[in-house]
Amino acid sequence: MFTIWELILQQTVNGLILGSFYALVALGYSMVYGIIKLLNFAHGDIFMVGAFVCFASFGVVSAALPGWPGIVISIVIAMIIAGIVGYLTQRFAYRPLIKAAAPRLSLLITAIGVSLIIYNAVMVITSSRTYFFQSGIEAAPLFQAGMFRLTDIQVILLTISASLMAGLTLMIKKTMVGKAMRAIALDRDTCRLMGINVNKIIGVTFFIGSALAAIASGMYNILYVNVSFSMGYMFGIKAFTAAVIGGIGSIPGAMLGGLLLGLLEAIGTQFVGSQWKDVFAFGLLIVILIFRPNGLMGKTEIERM
Amino acid sequence: MSKLLLKVENLETYYGKVAALRGISFEVHEGQIVTLLGSNGAGKSTTLKTISGLIPSAAGTVTFCGEDITRKPAHDIVKRGLVQLPEGRHIFKDHTVLENLELGSYTLKDEAERKRRMESVFERFPILATRRKQLGGTLSGGEQQMLAIGRGLMSSPKLLLMDEPSMGIAPLIVRDITEIIKNLHKEGTTILLVEQNAKMALGLADYGYVMDTGSIVLEGRGSDLRRDEKVVKAYLGD
Ligand SMILES: Nc1ncnc2c1ncn2[C@@H]1O[C@H](COP(=O)(O)OP(=O)(O)OP(=O)(O)O)[C@@H](O)[C@H]1O
Ligand SMILES: [Mg+2]
Repeated sequence: MFTIWELILQQTVNGLILGSFYALVALGYSMVYGIIKLLNFAHGDIFMVGAFVCFASFGVVSAALPGWPGIVISIVIAMIIAGIVGYLTQRFAYRPLIKAAAPRLSLLITAIGVSLIIYNAVMVITSSRTYFFQSGIEAAPLFQAGMFRLTDIQVILLTISASLMAGLTLMIKKTMVGKAMRAIALDRDTCRLMGINVNKIIGVTFFIGSALAAIASGMYNILYVNVSFSMGYMFGIKAFTAAVIGGIGSIPGAMLGGLLLGLLEAIGTQFVGSQWKDVFAFGLLIVILIFRPNGLMGKTEIERM
Repeated sequence: MSKLLLKVENLETYYGKVAALRGISFEVHEGQIVTLLGSNGAGKSTTLKTISGLIPSAAGTVTFCGEDITRKPAHDIVKRGLVQLPEGRHIFKDHTVLENLELGSYTLKDEAERKRRMESVFERFPILATRRKQLGGTLSGGEQQMLAIGRGLMSSPKLLLMDEPSMGIAPLIVRDITEIIKNLHKEGTTILLVEQNAKMALGLADYGYVMDTGSIVLEGRGSDLRRDEKVVKAYLGD
């Protein structure tokens, strides 16, 4: 009798968790698009780099620090390294093009190139193998009702994701750097006349976006275990889709889009089966775009690529 | 004569292959109002953008407070106290009045000082104080101009470059803007004023330069230019 609702509740929690991972990665797409109008194709690969750094770091630190402490340290290391990689892509691939006022299409092609370079480099380094992230953490149910089970891991991951999103929102709204980011998105030259070091802020944006992707991949590792060079591809496309559904360039939009996509996938898994879940989710997203062509929270028209 | 603040020598700027500045030279001394006149496309805005480091120069030098700033990045030039109010105001329209002002003092780290400057802007422009939380894009043209000036003052400039502050503003408000510039000058701010409204500019300026297609074709004291036949005919009219 109550089972169906228990299942829906269960899938809602699962969907929110997966969705918050999409949201964290979607934020990177959206922030970068907002500030330099670049569709950063390589962002999914940054997610993958984050997963590997987390995996490798945990392999080293887990002997001394098993469980959560080791995971937290590994994720922090992953954030820093992914952030640096993201920053470097900006510094050496995109900035020279922006300086030369290159057309947007050249930027996009460069981003695809950066993506391929990272993808192939990691493929070679990891011998194309799939690794398994063994966190050694046992999920303890905090609450159980029939088919519905809420575990401590789920609560922890949701809390971390929610705090990150709240923190980012505050940062963009309240701090000088956040105000400058919003201003650069609208009027770069005037920002320079205010004494804003525009390149530096763009670099910070890449760093933050990449670090968020890395923390998402670290948390993803805990639940989904498989780590491989190709894991960023589909995930990146989905997170990008989430950013577009939310309205690319919009921070709350990216969060909303990510959560929505996660929920649709989870509900789809339950009702149409996992092999159809993407068809179900993307079908509904297309319907949303038909009614809201600029995304749920998008203000400006998305320019054609 | 008072201290030399800005010295521009043989400045050349190109857009692609087209020369926009063909080697111009001029000076601004501390405490002066200097105006740069000229019709549409003469190169006035290009001059200011080159000085501010928004576009690179092909040749020539810009010296500010005795230092060569020709190749310095724009944000660094602002930090030295050379501040430009761009043509067309360029208010951040999705930022509140308060945020616009804060961004004007971006280079400042001292929060107490930021508050003090903000209060002094609100004293100068009480209307802005009543609109603190309003989005910049929803202000009237005159209010936006005040916000643009206020935002520029937030960085407490040694030299203020103003690009056509009277543009697109009702004659009555132009008089307000004139008063504002006079007051700034009285308080010791040095101003380089770019204008098409030659009557207004020459009424204010100690010294003026007239530009035409990328070159300076005439210069003199404000009062002399006001009586100069060529200037009267070309820019003051009847
Ligand atoms: N971004 C640009 N690309 C190419 N040419 C430009 C650019 N900006 C200005 N120009 C050209 O350079 C010349 C000088 O322009 P500038 O904007 O400096 O004139 P101005 O004196 O400020 O005119 P106005 O009074 O209309 O503002 C003009 O011929 C203009 O067409
Ligand atoms: Mg101009």
